[in-house]
Amino acid sequence: MSRLPITKTPKVYVGGAFIRSESARVFPLQDAAGNFYANIPQCTRKDLRNAVEAAAKAGPGWARRTAYNRGQILYRLGEMLEARAGELADAIQLGGAAKAAAAKEVSATVDRLIYYAGWADKYEQVLGNVNPVAAPYFNFTVTEPMGIVGVIAPDEAPLLALLSLIVPAITSGNTVVALASSAQPYPAIVLGELLATSDLPGGVVNLLTGFRKELVPTFATHTHLRAISAVVGPEERKTLALGAADSVKRARLLKSEAPPDWYAETAQSLYAVRDFLEYKTTWHPIGA
Amino acid sequence: MATLVSARKKSAARNGRPAPELIFGDLWEYDPAPETADPKLKPRYELFINGKFVAPKSGKYFDTINPATERKLAEIALAGTADVDAACRAAQRAYDNVWGQLSGRERAKYLFRIARLLQDRAREFAVAETMDGGKPIKEARDFDVPMAAAHFFYHAGWADKLEYVAPGRRVAPLGVVAQVIPWNFPLLMCAWKLAPALAMGNCVVLKPAETTSITALKLAEIIQDAGLPPGVVNFVTGAGATGAALTAHPIPAKVAFTGSTEVGKIIMRSLAGTDKKMTMELGGKAANIVFDDAPLDQAVEGIINGIFFNQGHVCCAGARLLVHEPVAAKVIAKLKQRIKVLRVGDPLDKNTDVGAINSKEQLAKITKLVASGVKEGAEIYQSPCQLPAKGWYFRPTIFSNVTMSHRIAREEIFGPVLSILTFRTVDEAIEKANNTAYGLSAGVWTDKGSRILKMSTELKAGVVWANSYNKFDPTSPFGGYKESGFGREGGRQGLLDYCKLV
Repeated sequence: MSRLPITKTPKVYVGGAFIRSESARVFPLQDAAGNFYANIPQCTRKDLRNAVEAAAKAGPGWARRTAYNRGQILYRLGEMLEARAGELADAIQLGGAAKAAAAKEVSATVDRLIYYAGWADKYEQVLGNVNPVAAPYFNFTVTEPMGIVGVIAPDEAPLLALLSLIVPAITSGNTVVALASSAQPYPAIVLGELLATSDLPGGVVNLLTGFRKELVPTFATHTHLRAISAVVGPEERKTLALGAADSVKRARLLKSEAPPDWYAETAQSLYAVRDFLEYKTTWHPIGA
Repeated sequence: MATLVSARKKSAARNGRPAPELIFGDLWEYDPAPETADPKLKPRYELFINGKFVAPKSGKYFDTINPATERKLAEIALAGTADVDAACRAAQRAYDNVWGQLSGRERAKYLFRIARLLQDRAREFAVAETMDGGKPIKEARDFDVPMAAAHFFYHAGWADKLEYVAPGRRVAPLGVVAQVIPWNFPLLMCAWKLAPALAMGNCVVLKPAETTSITALKLAEIIQDAGLPPGVVNFVTGAGATGAALTAHPIPAKVAFTGSTEVGKIIMRSLAGTDKKMTMELGGKAANIVFDDAPLDQAVEGIINGIFFNQGHVCCAGARLLVHEPVAAKVIAKLKQRIKVLRVGDPLDKNTDVGAINSKEQLAKITKLVASGVKEGAEIYQSPCQLPAKGWYFRPTIFSNVTMSHRIAREEIFGPVLSILTFRTVDEAIEKANNTAYGLSAGVWTDKGSRILKMSTELKAGVVWANSYNKFDPTSPFGGYKESGFGREGGRQGLLDYCKLV
């Protein structure tokens, strides 16, 4: 008699804990062959609000970490991903990707993490500066994280694109609430398990699975989300921009109909970090 | 040495009692010291489109009023949709055919020229600014106009050095930019908007505020004199409808707005679903925080400057004074003495500290919010000064015993009204300062360097002034957190908002 394997109940990673949706709703995920694979949490607006609360709690502590420490933690996350590359690749293959393509996506994701890990203690030196004002003041401009960033990931490159949106935001001390692809949610489920075993404090990255139709309006209007980083279609862009207006939220909306090449060098940039920073300028008098 | 000791004894003998007050009463009046330079106003100002002054297609004009006298200064063309369209097309043509092709080195020379020509005519511009907007001539003369020239001069030098703006990436202009500016610093805001946009290689259609169009149109004369190619800068004058036509026009790739948070949100909504870039410089309700170890006399001057500069028509005004409890009574007593001697009145008088409120509507708004402060139980103190019989003026006003829930502690008043709150601990000061939807600026007064840096780190504001207030410089990025907007103006960071990365 062959042994019946133990299948995993997928849970989302929110506030450092693994949860199902408060609504107890799920949606079925099929594998590439069309067979039932697992039930995925169908997160609700309330789950999103709870995730924002978790992100808000984690925010100040994460932003106060030293840049060196944040860099090391991101590097450690890269180590975790590399070590479980096979499992991540399997998760990507569920969506129909070929084995080699899935392995390539995982490698690119790890490399992206390492890229931003290196920026953590450098971006400030490139983006900020001292300003030579025409008065006896020491005047300097530094950057600060915005707060909580809402991420809405595309369907293609479900792991690479998701992390390409999340990582530049957290590099500088923001926290993130991210909605994974609903067509290919499984890589985000596995990613949650890796986040939990990395040194990233709980609540810094919160992952939700579910349907955009239900969640995009709340991403748009939630006033505690200070910025949105999304790859979305025309209608969703309009919804998000309208909601952003209510609380003067920063919106970085990429077009899902013309997505970036996630594997290209240009998909990673200092300026992706900069998009989720505020500049602060301080005037300090010079005198005896 | 002996005098030092006795002085120390004297101050000890006073022991917390306020210093004796010098009372002049009505005995010593100031002689008027009017500024008499000719503002060289025209009776009628046309639109500035494609390098020429042109009449609006509708043939409609509106009056611009001197708020100090309520007398008409000039007629201003009212730009309609067709005029806005002509301006945008002119800008696009100029971008495609001339400005976009020009080297940074040549663009720089035009901007240097504009800076120099503005310096040449500085006094004339200052008088015009004061007459049109109501600000004291000493501010227009010593701040607005020289700072406007400085902005052109600073940004001119960037035009051929753009490869240093965004390390690792190349930058390119956006094309045509639509800009809408407010009435509190009409010429200066014009310079803040134009200089970085032009340095980066964009062409501009700008709409001044309807109550203060004159200095923009005078700047158009300088732009002509500088030989700037036609269409690179266009001015369309009018009110909200003109602004809406401009921001909605399909040509501009970007909208840059400075004004109220309310209008900023309307513009953001109207642009939802478009690909236009935006920067927003919106309202504020800044905390000016005074600790018990601060040099109090200096702090009092900073508080006065923070809220009464330009009649408080300043988005970054230090409108909420957070004062450390041990020194609150002392600071409030000093403030009361100080506002009594602020000279309120004729903006053209070189002695005037507080000029006229920009418009009747603004005066009504200030009056209403002040009434709410009284009604909600805050304690009001107003300068007993004489106000001119004609014109729109408001007495310098301070409210003590204000709580965070009062409207005067939450809403932007945009007038000479200070709300005073107290705090006991550093954490409470930070909490109260950040407890607002805005986040434009903040002030910190303390003798302790490490506390300045701690406060500066914790305050959610784009600009923090330590032991100073309302300092500006073209090299120093300015702009807000939260509902005070996004994007920066000034410095290297400001240039980034007028380009795309390629």
